[in-house]
Amino acid sequence: MLSWALPLAIALFALAMLLCLFRLLRGPSLPDRILALDTLYVNGLALLILLGLQQRTPLYFEAALLIAMLGFIGTVVMAKFISRGDISE
Amino acid sequence: MSALAPWLDYLAGSLVLLGAIFALLGALGLARFSSFLRRLHGPTKASTLGVGCVLIASMLVFSPGPQASLHELLITLFIFLTAPVSAHLLVKAALQQQPELRPAAPPAERDSPN
Amino acid sequence: MKRWLPAPRLSLLLLLVWLLLNGSLSAGQIALGLLFAVCIPLALRAYLPDALRLRRPDVLLRLLGVVLLDIVLSNLTVARQILGREAALNSRFVWVPLDLREPAGIATLASIITMTPGTLSCDLSADRRHLLVHALHVADEAALIATIKARYETPLREILEC
Repeated sequence: MLSWALPLAIALFALAMLLCLFRLLRGPSLPDRILALDTLYVNGLALLILLGLQQRTPLYFEAALLIAMLGFIGTVVMAKFISRGDISE
Repeated sequence: MSALAPWLDYLAGSLVLLGAIFALLGALGLARFSSFLRRLHGPTKASTLGVGCVLIASMLVFSPGPQASLHELLITLFIFLTAPVSAHLLVKAALQQQPELRPAAPPAERDSPN
Repeated sequence: MKRWLPAPRLSLLLLLVWLLLNGSLSAGQIALGLLFAVCIPLALRAYLPDALRLRRPDVLLRLLGVVLLDIVLSNLTVARQILGREAALNSRFVWVPLDLREPAGIATLASIITMTPGTLSCDLSADRRHLLVHALHVADEAALIATIKARYETPLREILEC
């Protein structure tokens, strides 16, 4: 089952990322774009994990972990920036 | 790499599909709804659960082999812990940018005796 | 003990995460993990909040189960609402009065609310007695507040306060 479920899931995630891209380009407000970026990185992370499953290699986990951490920090920093106009605490 | 046991294959396959469907629905909510606060509901919940499903499937597939790795567990925990935080910050930012969205202050402390 | 291990639970967590990250149980990694588990809390001692007393581990476990179940169920609800007509949704803000006083407890409650039934915690009133919650679809405001209080706040109070 995994042999056909994986490509299908990859396609669905790619579609989800396209929807995020739509929202990222369309806006209209800044928080919308940040939310789109946030969702984009979460979906990208899942895509990376699926790729690792497809190729049966655990190599991508490190990358996924880094994306999770940097993506979260990026979202926090951008949200703080637009709500305060300043990122330093 | 040896073939997976059939039950594991089905379980991981369904989890992967389920996760993909949830993530797609989350993104659909993001693209479709008309106000920011509604849009926030899809990605924070559905996408997080979708990724969680995929990570659990990955853990199942890799767990019996020599490449066993528990990184997925860490990533899942991290995502589940951080999703509410980023959602909260985004709401704050949105309320700051569009103060007209903010509702009136809570009903005065009439229901708290002390 | 208190002097060298200011936060034993944090130390244990650090050791565990380090071993998980490296995916190995070799003596070297354990030694390095122990070193981090001792040094990091010592370095951060000035910033650590006072340790929480966690009572009722059974309630904690049950709450964890309830939250996990609710995350899955709420996702099904939200999925239906995303696919359904948007005009049928009645989204609005609700102020939830809080009985919980512990700041860490309020933070946990806010996170739980964000992850579960079509609700999103947005803000805390200045006196920390009301939590602003945005709901995707509210049929009955009083029922929503009652559910939040009964399912999540009461167990949290049992765990954190006496």
